[in-house]
Amino acid sequence: MVEQILESLSRFLPETVLVGALCLAILSDLVFRQNRGIAPLIALGGLFLSLYYVTEQAGVSQQIFSGMIVVDPFAVFFKFLIGVTAILIVLFSFYSSEVQSTQKRIGEYFSLILALTLGMYLMAGAVNLLMMVLAIELTSLTSYILAGYTREAPDSSEASLKYMIYGALSTGLMLYGISILYGLTGATDIYGINASIAYNGVNEVTLLIAVILILVGFGYKISAVPFHFWTPDVYEGAPVTITAFLSVASKAAGFAMMIRFFRVSFIDLTPGGFPDEMWVLLQGIEWNKIVAIISVLTMTLGNLVAVWQDNLKRLLAYSSIAHAGYMLMGVVVLSNAGVAAVLIYFMVYLFMNLGAFYVVMLVANKTGKEDIDSYKGLGYRSPIVAVSFVIFLISLTGLPPTAGFIGKLYLFAALFEAKWIWLAVVGALNSVVSLYYYVRVLRNMFLRDPAEDKSPIEFSTAQIVVLIALVIPTILFGLYFAPLVDFANASIVMFGVR
Amino acid sequence: MELQFLGIGILSWITFLPIVGMVLLLMIPKTNENAMKWTAALFTFGQVVLAVVIYFAFNRGMTGINSLEGMQFVEKATWIDIKSVPWFGRILIEYFLGVDGLSVTMVLLTALISFLAVFASWNIEKAMKGYMAMLLLLDTGMIGVFVSLDFFLFYVFWEVMLLPMYFLIGIWGGPRREYAAIKFFLYTLFGSVLMLLAMIALYFSVTIPDPMTGEKIHTFNMLAMMNPANFEPGSILAGLGTYWRHLAYIALFIGFAIKVPIFPFHTWLPDAHVEAPTAISVILAGVLLKMGTYGILRISYPMFPELAQWYALPLAILAFINIVYGALAAMAQKDFKKLIAYSSISHMGVVLLGMAALNTQGMMGAVFQMFNHGTITAMLFLIVGVLYDRTHTRDLDAFGGLAITMPKYTGIMSVGFFAALGLPGLSGFISEAFSFLGAFQTFRYITIASTLGIVLTAAYMLWTLQRVFLGQPNEKWAGLPDINGRELFTLVPLAVIVITLGIYPSFMLDLMTSSLNHLVGIVVSNGGAVAIVP
Repeated sequence: MVEQILESLSRFLPETVLVGALCLAILSDLVFRQNRGIAPLIALGGLFLSLYYVTEQAGVSQQIFSGMIVVDPFAVFFKFLIGVTAILIVLFSFYSSEVQSTQKRIGEYFSLILALTLGMYLMAGAVNLLMMVLAIELTSLTSYILAGYTREAPDSSEASLKYMIYGALSTGLMLYGISILYGLTGATDIYGINASIAYNGVNEVTLLIAVILILVGFGYKISAVPFHFWTPDVYEGAPVTITAFLSVASKAAGFAMMIRFFRVSFIDLTPGGFPDEMWVLLQGIEWNKIVAIISVLTMTLGNLVAVWQDNLKRLLAYSSIAHAGYMLMGVVVLSNAGVAAVLIYFMVYLFMNLGAFYVVMLVANKTGKEDIDSYKGLGYRSPIVAVSFVIFLISLTGLPPTAGFIGKLYLFAALFEAKWIWLAVVGALNSVVSLYYYVRVLRNMFLRDPAEDKSPIEFSTAQIVVLIALVIPTILFGLYFAPLVDFANASIVMFGVR
Repeated sequence: MELQFLGIGILSWITFLPIVGMVLLLMIPKTNENAMKWTAALFTFGQVVLAVVIYFAFNRGMTGINSLEGMQFVEKATWIDIKSVPWFGRILIEYFLGVDGLSVTMVLLTALISFLAVFASWNIEKAMKGYMAMLLLLDTGMIGVFVSLDFFLFYVFWEVMLLPMYFLIGIWGGPRREYAAIKFFLYTLFGSVLMLLAMIALYFSVTIPDPMTGEKIHTFNMLAMMNPANFEPGSILAGLGTYWRHLAYIALFIGFAIKVPIFPFHTWLPDAHVEAPTAISVILAGVLLKMGTYGILRISYPMFPELAQWYALPLAILAFINIVYGALAAMAQKDFKKLIAYSSISHMGVVLLGMAALNTQGMMGAVFQMFNHGTITAMLFLIVGVLYDRTHTRDLDAFGGLAITMPKYTGIMSVGFFAALGLPGLSGFISEAFSFLGAFQTFRYITIASTLGIVLTAAYMLWTLQRVFLGQPNEKWAGLPDINGRELFTLVPLAVIVITLGIYPSFMLDLMTSSLNHLVGIVVSNGGAVAIVP
């Protein structure tokens, strides 16, 4: 038993490091009251160290803590993605005047980021329903606090409250679904659920209800329509850094958990069974059609509503809803090709979406505004930032030669291979709609003259370096995407799935 | 045939030379506008030199289209090669360039028009650096589209053009520039996502064996997509005339039709043309419109030969609508630039008619008309630009008797005008005659009806000439200076080409004959490589 736990702990190093850094950050905040600069550095160091241990886990595939969590390439991929995002967010936070203006509580801020990262790591690897709920709760609770971190801003508290109410509701529904599933199968780990459904058979209607309820929980995390109502308000009210974090990492963790849950629970795992594209254990229930409809609703609503937004954070919030819709197209297929496409999309999305939020943050730092009008003439006031923003937005639209195009290409390709052509058509037309609102920003930056203040906006070298560090992969992966695809292809391996 | 410099093939040079220019240009200090202009001019001139080299080195007897051996100046390198995984075959994207008789004319045209466009932009008032940078980026995109033989590469270049064009219209355009720019952008993107879907479908349907291992690999190689034997049985686009093939053909067609533009997808064109600055109108009409017809000839026809035949009649009808509707609409315009814009729609109709004929004469007429329309319409837009620079109005009724105040201008203008209305002895006549001749064999009545367009064109062109240049001089414009040296420099080369090709069209026709013969052979034999001897 002890040996087993020790063995498990050795596979749990990334998480352990995060916990350690979290404690250190809190302590340092208490001890070094005069020097507030220590906690951020601890956070950054902890994240780097844990990312290092994540990369050490490459190729491992095993269960730890008696089947609570797995370490497999799929989980490692998402942990890597989340870790990189967290590091970038910490860097952003160094330059965010919103965050830096709350020096007194800054230790709290960085410890919460570590806790949030920990929760997402656990989400990526959880294979037991209880562990899944715990991980979701850890993530949710910390994000509620972080969303309301700038207490002084009224919309921040509103955002936090809204987030919490929606979160509580959806977690409640999800728990209910989980309890039904447990009642049906008598197992809490998803392999047991799979075996139970495969060998004993269950009542289909009850199963349908249970899974729909669980889907609510996932839908909330990835802000899929119709569980997206919290997203715009939270994204608008939260500090930009947190918004960026939620829009990428939290979504990634949600997708990781959802894909794992569906693949492991409902796909025939017996040797020599059906091919993995078939959701055989849910015969009679056309699961992928339900997901397809959610996907279409999500991207269409996200894109159409984004057209009317004048606040950049809200606009990007709706755009991120739309992107969740695109990625759901890959979940519809749920073949290896579909999952690989989602992973590729996430890597691309990481750079372009964080980049877009970073620009919003930089501009808000200087102008104090987030509305689209304050971007008028930005192209003449700060060409580097504006041109970078163009690249991010073009990538979000999915135009070559940017990485966003590769993400879309692989999604469409996966759909074509599985003969879901109508869905690919809907997705393609959606990107035309999305062009309209992204171009509105371009138009204000370059086609309009600055409203009142025409003076150039200067940014520090370090800020520009971080910006360029995001621009380069956005273009590079558009021109040469082989490493991206190889990484994704290697990462779709899940523990226990052929 | 290979031409290399510093180990890099001539087509790579001609494609990426503008990008090199753009990078250098971005390093020039903001205040030194002259250096920017001359850098742009230098690099586009380099392109013209390369184009001339290509013109002389081009082997007139080689076919191209679907045969690798028939392609010239080929450059082929593996760009992206992702090894196969059990659930997804190997992905091979090549950096594959080459020209044949179909594309070489377009490369020549693009190099020439881009060079002249730099001079037509000499008086840009704001943000010269950004303007020239965008122009050069656009230039690379245009040449890239014409030399790519890998569909993926083609698509990348196709999309690269969108953003510079949006900014060029949107920042430096006329009063309604924002509307025109976004309309252009949305329309074109709509077309290109449909093209993207068709491209993915083709990708999944076509496999070629790996020369080393014999393993079947999916490819974006256009030539492989033209060979019916490469279509995997049971794949989505396998077979002939199937439902999915029709859908893919239509998707591609809409993508290209928006660029041409073919009625009813033409509404972006008048807006974009009127709002764009002169040089951009020249590029838009001179080169970008050709991409639509080029795409149909390069991609739709040889990859879907049976559908090219099936849709020949609808295409001919659309061509008729383009010709007559464009001409009628042009006649109703009061704005000089809008008139030229609609005349473009009409003239592109002639290209479509020649293509629909599916015989060598028609096809030669079509491709020659693509080239001639490029030069003639470029002239017309430059002519309008000259006048607009001086008077800041394009109202046709505001002028009169300009022949007295601006005699040199009137002289060069008449070359453009008469070429546009198809006067024998000028290049436009030859290509129109070929198109109609070819189409007459296939669609007798549609062709007869379409000739109405020629009469209408003569009517609006002459009427315009009369209103602007003849009659009582308008007192207001009494002191207008005549055309200056720089403006002449942009117009004279075009006029020389128009006249030379009018007298001796073989300079251009010889380039394309064997390739187009071959293309017709491919289409009428449903993809078989049977060439028709002329």
